[in-house]
Amino acid sequence: MAAPFDLNDDSVVVIIGTGAGGGTLGNELAQKGISVVALEAGGRYLPQDFINDEWDSFGQLAWTDTRTTSGEWRVSRDFKNLPAWIVKAVGGTTTHWAGASLRFQDHEWKARTTYGDVAGANLMDWPIDPREIDSFYTRAEEKMRVTRTGGRPGLPGNNNYKVFEAGAKAIGKMEVSTGHMAINSDETGDRMMCQQTGFCFQGCKWGAKWSTAYTEVPEGEATGNMEVRERAHVARILHDASGKVTGVEYFDKDGNLQMQKARIVCVAGNSFESPRLLLNSASSMFPDGLANSSGQVGRNYMRHVTGSVYGIFDKPVKMWRGTTMAGIMQDEAGHNPERGFVGGYELETLSLGLPFMAAFMDPGSWGREFTTALDSYENMAGMWIVGEDMPQESNRVTLNMDVKDQHGLPVANVNFSDHPNDIAMRDHAFKTGMAMYEALGATRVLPTPPYPSTHNLGTNRMSANAADGVVDKNGKAHDVPNLFISDGSQFTTGAAENPTLTIVALAIRQAEHIAAEMSRGNI
Amino acid sequence: METTTSPKGMTRRQLLSRATAAGATFVVGAGFIAAPDAAWAVEMKALSPETFATLTQMARDIYPHDKVADEYYATAVQMYDTNEGAEGIEAGIAGLNEAAREAGFDSYLGTLWEADRVKILRSMEDTDFFQQIRSGLVTGLYNQKAIWPIFGYEGESYSQGGYINRGFDDINWL
Ligand SMILES: Cc1cc2nc3c(=O)[nH]c(=O)nc-3n(C[C@H](O)[C@H](O)[C@H](O)COP(=O)(O)OP(=O)(O)OC[C@H]3O[C@@H](n4cnc5c(N)ncnc54)[C@H](O)[C@@H]3O)c2cc1C
Ligand code: SF4
Repeated sequence: MAAPFDLNDDSVVVIIGTGAGGGTLGNELAQKGISVVALEAGGRYLPQDFINDEWDSFGQLAWTDTRTTSGEWRVSRDFKNLPAWIVKAVGGTTTHWAGASLRFQDHEWKARTTYGDVAGANLMDWPIDPREIDSFYTRAEEKMRVTRTGGRPGLPGNNNYKVFEAGAKAIGKMEVSTGHMAINSDETGDRMMCQQTGFCFQGCKWGAKWSTAYTEVPEGEATGNMEVRERAHVARILHDASGKVTGVEYFDKDGNLQMQKARIVCVAGNSFESPRLLLNSASSMFPDGLANSSGQVGRNYMRHVTGSVYGIFDKPVKMWRGTTMAGIMQDEAGHNPERGFVGGYELETLSLGLPFMAAFMDPGSWGREFTTALDSYENMAGMWIVGEDMPQESNRVTLNMDVKDQHGLPVANVNFSDHPNDIAMRDHAFKTGMAMYEALGATRVLPTPPYPSTHNLGTNRMSANAADGVVDKNGKAHDVPNLFISDGSQFTTGAAENPTLTIVALAIRQAEHIAAEMSRGNI
Repeated sequence: METTTSPKGMTRRQLLSRATAAGATFVVGAGFIAAPDAAWAVEMKALSPETFATLTQMARDIYPHDKVADEYYATAVQMYDTNEGAEGIEAGIAGLNEAAREAGFDSYLGTLWEADRVKILRSMEDTDFFQQIRSGLVTGLYNQKAIWPIFGYEGESYSQGGYINRGFDDINWL
């Protein structure tokens, strides 16, 4: 049967969310002839709709339904209802994302073995070997047209990159380049070449940057096997007496509750909404939430060790011109415990426009110390830290029973505190970044605290044993035979790399697994 | 900015004949404040002009940019000039003036040095009133497109074809 599908059609695979994980999985399944209904809480915005304006774009795309926060992280003080800066729209956060597309390093798949026992950290090895994922990484890079892979050229460096590169070299760093970006660097393929407009975080108006919104989703729809229902907010996953899931309840665009039957349900709502949905789906059979016999649903929330460094010079940089994340320094990405912490970090260029710089440079601060920095906005260069943070059981998403969303559902509370390893790593990264700018004669450097999270990982972690995690090596729930997790919440550990390439590779791999199991009649 | 037309177009003399000076930069008349040279003026809906002038000075003292004219600070605080919010703002400004008197000055606007005004603000920075004004300014001030050029920020670029042919890599001092 071809899309659109009937609410009572129980042969379909229901996917919740159309971002990096859900959008990719949907297209991959649809290409194999499998019927897919993708339910997406947000609306549909395409390049012609995107806005080259930070706050207007935020209003258009960001997930602003209420969430609450707790813990020692500064975000909980400065942005108490905005723990993450992510998207509610067809395409999910791949509309916002910068495009940095890095493979994990081999040892990062085996963090527990490599790093040993780190006190207070809930480290574990992924139940996947690095060589098992290689071919899926290659397929992801082809799909996303990642630069410096498959013979594609790198992007040219913009002003912000040139400062970054010169600074890195000035302090003896070697591995610095314009990186691996899912942004077209030439006119081949059906996406345009990057025009260096500099609003990557606001949705690429040229479609040069990969986003499922205008690649995977329409490709899947074109097969006739995939239906995307926009403004459909899934409230609960339903199951039968045998413990198999049977469908989902969702609020449609008019706020009416609907029920879509399903053969398989795949959850890809990003790392706050995915565990929230499992917890909100508790029943007499699953009193602690669906797929939660391990008690790990919502736990081990990771957000990467982040922070930014801005350097102010006596001459103009104009960092906002061109690709937002225009380059990377990888000398510190490896595991080298002599630095005083396990795991590694990347430094990547970043720029914010004036309105966001004012909001995020040092939230809450005021007076001349703050404003004289902004006075030099034109002379600023910027970079962002992304490093491996430690999974901790107490960093977790729970339901806040006192606060309800517009549908009357308990919202997610996000509790987070840094691990000492995270603090040591951030400190080291701040010093490296500051040294890069100082080596070029920066007159002032600003070690800037982490923004609301953009990378959200780990709240439905993958584990070899059912007692240690929520899903198995294919993303299938240990407790439920036809329920899958298909987004970044599967991550066992976070690695030092931006997560999306890995989310996409895992989604391609999961599609193969689901198709094979369906044809064997196992699900 | 949403300035009114009534006081605008007045000569400086006409303006001053109807107004009193408030602080170094403002003239306050019935229902409006204006620049001493009448280059701009804002009409009040609910707040008293004295309160509005004080609020405008407070905004500058929180986020002081010497190259940004008063007009933009006045625009930034216009969001507080509402019928629903006026009472709270009047009370907050009364508290600010009280703190100024306790520090030995006539009023907040009568506190001539920025450093003294900042001390007064620091003493109340944990109050809801201060935080309401400060956090509102983050967008109220910095999201005014008209001030972006003062900082060199160029804003929207898509309609001009991005920067691929307009200097994305034009840095020349490295
Ligand atoms: C500013 C920014 C820059 C970034 N840059 C990079 C980068 O350079 N490289 C990189 O690797 N990563 C980057 N990221 C992170 C990247 O965007 C995410 O890792 C990725 O999109 C996560 O994929 P996902 O499938 O887990 O979730 P998302 O892409 O967020 O998709 C989740 C979708 O599920 C929907 N949804 C949630 N709950 C429900 C529900 N109950 N019912 C229906 N739908 C629901 C949401 O509306 C959303 O559309 C960046 C993120 C941001 C914010
Ligand atoms: S800089 Fe390139 S990738 Fe980024 S929004 Fe502009 S065209 Fe798209």
